[in-house]
Parts: sequence; C-alpha cells; structure tokens
Amino acid sequence: MSFDVPDDLRYLESHEWVRVAGDTAEIGITAFAQDELGDVVFVELPEEGAELTAGEDFGVVESIKAVSDVYAPVSGTVTAVNDRLRDEPELLNEDPFGDGWMLEVEVADESETADLLSPDAYRDQIE
Amino acid sequence: MTLRAPPLSAVHRRSDASFTDFGGWEMPVEFESIRIEHEAVRNEAGKFDVSHMGQITVAGPDAATLTQRLTTNDVTVLDPGEAHYAAITDEDGIMLDDTVVYRLPEGAADEFLFIPNAGHDGEMTERWLSERDGRGLDATVTNRTEEYAMLAVQGPDAPDLLAAETDVSLAALSRFEVADGTVAGIDSLIARTGYTGERGFEILCPPDGAEVVWDALECQPCGLGARDTLRLEMGFLLSGQEFHPVDEPRTPYEAGIGWTVALDTEFVGRDALEGVAAEGPEEKLIGIELIDRGVPRHGYDVTTPDGEPIGHVTSGTMSPTLGAPIALAYVPAAYAEPDESVRVVVRGEPKKARTRSTPFLDR
Repeated sequence: MSFDVPDDLRYLESHEWVRVAGDTAEIGITAFAQDELGDVVFVELPEEGAELTAGEDFGVVESIKAVSDVYAPVSGTVTAVNDRLRDEPELLNEDPFGDGWMLEVEVADESETADLLSPDAYRDQIE
Repeated sequence: MTLRAPPLSAVHRRSDASFTDFGGWEMPVEFESIRIEHEAVRNEAGKFDVSHMGQITVAGPDAATLTQRLTTNDVTVLDPGEAHYAAITDEDGIMLDDTVVYRLPEGAADEFLFIPNAGHDGEMTERWLSERDGRGLDATVTNRTEEYAMLAVQGPDAPDLLAAETDVSLAALSRFEVADGTVAGIDSLIARTGYTGERGFEILCPPDGAEVVWDALECQPCGLGARDTLRLEMGFLLSGQEFHPVDEPRTPYEAGIGWTVALDTEFVGRDALEGVAAEGPEEKLIGIELIDRGVPRHGYDVTTPDGEPIGHVTSGTMSPTLGAPIALAYVPAAYAEPDESVRVVVRGEPKKARTRSTPFLDR
C-alpha cells in the first residue's frame, strides 16, 4: 500500500508532519502513522500557550490497540489546538493532513526545519 | 523460534491483513479496521481464523476419568454432542488455562476434545499424558492442533450464513452443543460456541479444506484485535491477561468463573479451591468504566478516590459498542461491587472511574 505524502510538508522519522508558513507551523501525524495505529479513540494535546521543544513528545494518540507518543518537529509556542479532536478523534484516521491537524505553533527558530525530512526522504523511510 | 502459521496464512496475506505474534502463532490482527470488524459482528456477522487455538483429543476406556481429573467442571454430565467451559488448575487451584471440553458426537473416533489456548497445546498434552501415566489410566491423548483449522462465524446473521452452507440443522443445535456435518462440502465439527457474546458457531475442519469453508462464509473477516474488543465487552477472560500461572496467578473464583468448578468431582486443585469457596476469594475480577477521558490498559493501577492502590487493570480498551473506556481489574472483594468510585491511573493521572458488573453489554 502506498500512503499520501504531501509535497508541501516536512516530516519526522516518528511520523509527524509540519506545515511551515512564515513563523507559524501546523503539526499533525501522517497517513502512514494513522494506518499503523488503526482506529484512533483518544488524543491528548497540550493547551494553548504551552511550549514545545523539537524532538520531545508533546502529546499522546491512543487507538483501540495502541498508545503512541507524538513528537514535536519544531520548537515553539502553541497558538491553537484542534479542539474537534476531543470529540472526533477519528479525524486523525479520516483526514490526517487536513481536518486531523493537531496544533498550530509560533516557531521559535526557523532554522530547525532544515533538520526535518523532505517528502522524498520520508517516502523512502515508509516504503 | 519460528512462529506457527495458520493454514489460511496465505489467504489472509492476500486480503492485506496485518499480523501479530500471539502465543507463538503469527495471526491476523486486523483486516479492515478493528471498529469496522467489531461492528460487523455486533450488527451482522464476522468470521475469524482461530486456528491458533489448540485441539487435544482423549479416547479410550479412561478418557472421562482422565479429563475429569484435569478440568474443574463435571465432564460426566456431558452427553455426546455437548460441551462446557472449564478451567485447568494446578494443585493450588491456580488457573493454568481455560478451555471448552467437548464430548464428541456418537460415532466419533475420540470421545473428548478440548481446546487449550494458543501455544498451550504442547504443555497440556504433556499434562494429560503425565496424569494418565501417573495413575495408570487407559487413554489415548493426541495433540491434533496441526490437524485442524478452527474458524468462527459470529453475529446475528451467523446462523443464516452458516445454514446456507451446512447439512447440520442449526436450529436443533443449542448453545454449547456440537455436531458433525459438512460446511461447503468439507467434513467439519460445528459447535455453537464463541467468544463474542453474539450468536455464532465455531467450525473445526481439516487444514486443506479451510479455504473452502472460509470463502463460503461470506462476511467481514475479523482479526484478533476485534476478537479482543468483543470478548472484553462481554467480560470474557483472556489467558495471559486475566490469568497466568506466573504473572497473574488466580483461582477460578477470583477470575469470576467459580460456576465452572464442580467441587463434588475429584480434580487437581479441588482441595485448595474448596477452601477458597468456603472463605470467598480475597480479590475478584470486576468491570470498570472510566468516567474521565482516557483509555485503560493492561497493568495500569487502580486506586481509591484518595489514591490508595487497590489493584490493577488486566485488560482495557475503548469499547466500540459503548463508546466508553472499559477495563477488567482485580480489586479486593470489598470493592468488587457495582458502582464503587475508583480511579485508574493513566500515565500518572488518576482518572475517575466506577466499577461495573460484567458483561458490559446486555446479551
């Protein structure tokens, strides 16, 4: 099976994506990740104002069969949280790159994105 | 160690199933999604490959005596074509396994068949042989796990689905009865048993006929993932989770299956269990439903509202049918009543929960 890996995103080996636009970034998990987890039933995310550190875990995704930590692709301050995931965690399965987004952050250091995987590099990893 | 594979392994791979190691077997854990498979069984029908379950037959003049010695229930009440649930206990009354014991229909070569859990077939065969030899009994014990595929079809539509493919009168087959006949032309044993709480059947057939039977049962293929959520909603025990001789040593009374213990029979563990029955078990398995958000998992602590540790979760999940987090846990008998307020500690956070009787669903 091949999974969608949008070209406008950057990735972590642990299957998070980040969409950087200026000094804001949107963060979520990949189509591959949601498929590995199966039916997502619970998402635990930080609150607005929380500080993320690149490479450190910031939340938890629980599917029926597994618990998985989620890691921050970049450092920054959380400016928005996708509240819909509270009652509709299945959005992570249905639309991981769209409605299933998790956080929006104000990026602390844009140079960090240079360390992230390109779409091609991430595609190689999951194939 | 090489994993054992069910006869339908290649068929499942073609269906794009994902696999897991379970009891030394590489079994399909998910075909479509656990939720879709689970809902298919609750609302329509689903089919399972459960060929990882063991099959051991016992024949000969002392077959009943031997099986009586090693299982907690009373096998002498079984007529040909009847089955029952039982525990297999050690001298201390600790559960080594749980099993269904079938007294096979008239005309079968073997009198008894029992189904140990995945990976227990070797150990249980040894146990039967050792007891036989120690007591000088005349019985033939045969591990037939590799000679059978075991399939289950479960759900409200299962009777109609199977009826279209078998010569056995399913209407005449009561719960825990077994008949021989054909399914899609394949000689099979058909039992009205299951692990989901739904109407359904388990089918034993030769490995080379398994694909024909599997394909004939046209419904949602289900993996071990859905099997686990379905059994958990019913509060059914899973070997290795709710009991394990080393990691979770429990008597049938603690595990809530005291009804399978026939103290008026002679079996290994009987004397110890008589004492437990008289005094009542100190701890009991109870259902728990979380009120707060979170998913209880195996090994999580259970505490009082004040944070005093009282037990631990043996199995937990988000119930697809109830849409609520549910768990089984051992707690002191005093807390093993419905509607006690407790906490389940999820990643260091105490989550509000209440005890419940099982099954979690009315079935």
